[in-house]
Amino acid sequence: MSELTSDQLFDYLLRLGDDALIAAQRLGEWYASSPEMEEDVALANLALDQLGAARALLTYAGEVEGAGRDEDALAYLRADREFRNCLLVELPNENFAVTIAKLLFLSAYQLPLYDALVSSSDARLAEIAAKARKESAYHLDHAARWTLRLGDGTQESHRRMQAAVDAVWPYVHELLAADETATRLASSGLAADPAELRAAWLSTVEPLLAEATLDRPADGWAPEGGRVGRHTEHLSYLLGEMQVLHRAHPGARW
Amino acid sequence: MTGDARAAVASVVDPEIRVVTIEELGILRDVREEESGRVTVTITPTYSGCPAMDVIRADIRTALRVAGHPDAEVVTALSPAWTTDNISESGRAKLAAAGIAPPGPAGPFLAGRRPSVVALTLTVRCPRCGSPDTEEISRFGSTACKALWRCRDCAEPFDHIKAL
Repeated sequence: MSELTSDQLFDYLLRLGDDALIAAQRLGEWYASSPEMEEDVALANLALDQLGAARALLTYAGEVEGAGRDEDALAYLRADREFRNCLLVELPNENFAVTIAKLLFLSAYQLPLYDALVSSSDARLAEIAAKARKESAYHLDHAARWTLRLGDGTQESHRRMQAAVDAVWPYVHELLAADETATRLASSGLAADPAELRAAWLSTVEPLLAEATLDRPADGWAPEGGRVGRHTEHLSYLLGEMQVLHRAHPGARW
Repeated sequence: MTGDARAAVASVVDPEIRVVTIEELGILRDVREEESGRVTVTITPTYSGCPAMDVIRADIRTALRVAGHPDAEVVTALSPAWTTDNISESGRAKLAAAGIAPPGPAGPFLAGRRPSVVALTLTVRCPRCGSPDTEEISRFGSTACKALWRCRDCAEPFDHIKAL
């Protein structure tokens, strides 16, 4: 087994941190536009959890990199090609069903991910995960309830939820992919094993879709590239909005 | 002198739930005073993204300055992760008195298993009339740590601190 380099750990931390950061930004877009007021509060709460995890992960990533970049430098001053988030989290919210499908697929991944990272050989990563996993359980629960309600709801809500699941499904491939970085870090005991994550994810999502009277889409088209910085155009617009204040007024504070 | 720094920090109230102190909430982990007079305070967040942390840090420094400890540092520790089980008995009593139903045991979510897709039906007692006949309106409330409930008997809505 080859020695782990700080570059590999940095890359892995960016993946985790960027997934959380971009998911937070997308969830935050619902604020004051949700179908009901309680949902505004709920999605904003989930966004805040993701942002909190992102801050801890990116702060640590900056320390591992050792180039003097803090959480703000990493969040606000990188260009799209430098982000390592999966494509799923940068997809536009479209409608509420798509948002719920993204939330379900992401939280069904993040919960077993953080669960596994609690026993990571990296103590700092383990303590961040121990915090985040409890919050992820609430995220998954929230997404699962909406999936049931919409899937097994009216004809129209069922139609929209099925369309959303079909549209987002291809992006799950990248989320669960066992690429070189993930596999190597997992074999060193630092990261979660992608094969176990896939099994855990399927055992959560497949029965839930069935209970919600939704069809599990067939696997096929599997877009990827986010983990190496090749993103959809949607990320650029998202970053434009997220970063404009910090870039226009460096060091601005509330 | 030892002890007054601790007492000063322990009396800081939570900025979002102002009836309880940070010690009663269980987010105050340690207060250490060195011979030089420098005080190091360790706190832990309730939720990863708790927006009150900056205010809590500032309030701790203010309390220490007033108590004669201008040289203070506040550090944040994530481990062990905070749980609602860390809220003290007096903290629970004060929450209930302020109309906020305290959390039940944090067990179910801590086992690491997949959460049920069905609502947990542990009864939350109405903090106003004590009735167990209550319902959840929204799992997410005015702060990250709260859910919104309603009493079917007295019809009052109330906050409930979610088990975490």
